[in-house]
Amino acid sequence: MTDGSDDTSITELLGSWREPVLDRWIELVGESVRGRITERELRSELTELYGLVERALAGDDTAAGELRATLAEISRGRARQGFSATETAVGVFALKQSLYEQVRKTRGQRAYSELIDFSSYVDELGLATFETYASAREQVIADQAEQLLELSTPVVKVWDGVLGVPLVGTLDSARTQVVMETLLQTLVDTRSRFAVIDITGVAAVDTEVAQHLMRTVMAARLMGTHCVISGIRPQIAQTIVTLGIEFGDIVTKSSLADALAYVLERSGLCVVPSTASCGGTTQHAPRNGLEA
Amino acid sequence: MTTPPGDGRSGGGTPGEEVPIASNDDVVRVRQLVRTAAAAAGLSLVDQTKIVTAASELARNTYAHGGGGTMRVEQAAGERGRRGVRVVFTDAGPGIADVERALGEGWTSGAGLGLGLSGARRLSDEFDLRSEPGKGTTVTVAKWGR
Repeated sequence: MTDGSDDTSITELLGSWREPVLDRWIELVGESVRGRITERELRSELTELYGLVERALAGDDTAAGELRATLAEISRGRARQGFSATETAVGVFALKQSLYEQVRKTRGQRAYSELIDFSSYVDELGLATFETYASAREQVIADQAEQLLELSTPVVKVWDGVLGVPLVGTLDSARTQVVMETLLQTLVDTRSRFAVIDITGVAAVDTEVAQHLMRTVMAARLMGTHCVISGIRPQIAQTIVTLGIEFGDIVTKSSLADALAYVLERSGLCVVPSTASCGGTTQHAPRNGLEA
Repeated sequence: MTTPPGDGRSGGGTPGEEVPIASNDDVVRVRQLVRTAAAAAGLSLVDQTKIVTAASELARNTYAHGGGGTMRVEQAAGERGRRGVRVVFTDAGPGIADVERALGEGWTSGAGLGLGLSGARRLSDEFDLRSEPGKGTTVTVAKWGR
């Protein structure tokens, strides 16, 4: 092992100090990601990187490209496994610290000056890592949003021939499209004649949301389904009136229970205590708020 | 790794800070910020919903017609010391040539219902629209507690 005091370049230093620097690097990274990556995985990862850094610094362009690709691959993996940005970046920056420590031990003047260039090179690699990490995380978030979209627009059967569509959150064009497609397809599959769209979970109904709701109801109507919108709370009702939105002849109810009672009656059913009989007719006195 | 909805969005929610409106997601964020501010100002649920809905309309206008812009929400004091919120939307878009007509009911330049701008005016206690064709539009709305 040279003591670093000769006229040595950084590549030579990296080459001759390979073992101690690499070992210390693995140790440092291992501390920060404690236990979530096995020592063996880490060793093979960093050994590969170390080799690539050496070759890239020696002027090997292929290795430089490969180094960036490998780093990008590693940071994407870290982002997906839920490592923090710091933990990911430390993986690169620790190489600097490891080399510093080695230089300090050997006290080579020449090595110190080489370190400055090397330091900015590692910083650059670290930033590239960080960038990949960030975009990978954004991808994760976008994927989750997509999944949420799918998850949050269920169409459920609440009774024979009655579908329920509980809407939660915000209703934009993309959501509406998903809701409409799922609803219309389920209408066909279940041959339902009624659908209740419940907006209890929608915080605000503005003109766009209202328009989307009306379009969904119209589309269902074209297929011969009777739609009811439920979950119109007092504050929503007042806001809709102030906005000047007209729901036309679309039936709306304040609660899902009201809507269900309404569609059951419309389909000729009535709910009675198990001891009483229904009387075989639906013509008895209509309950309040049950008329269309 | 799960990120709760809304997490990480609280950043940029400092009162008085300008929030960009450059996508539909930003419209959602505007609604959340305005709701938080309105609740903090002690507005009733009905008033909260009204100002949130007004902000939603204006944010969408800023995005769809103004080509994107910014929003600023702040707590403010109205007449006789009533607490409330004020929301300012600014864009550097094409502006509105005929403000009277735009504020009228049922007029729309897009495919909407044409109720957004007039509705937002009715939903708020204070409404101010300044627009210069070719330069942009600034809309300020405020809602006071009762």
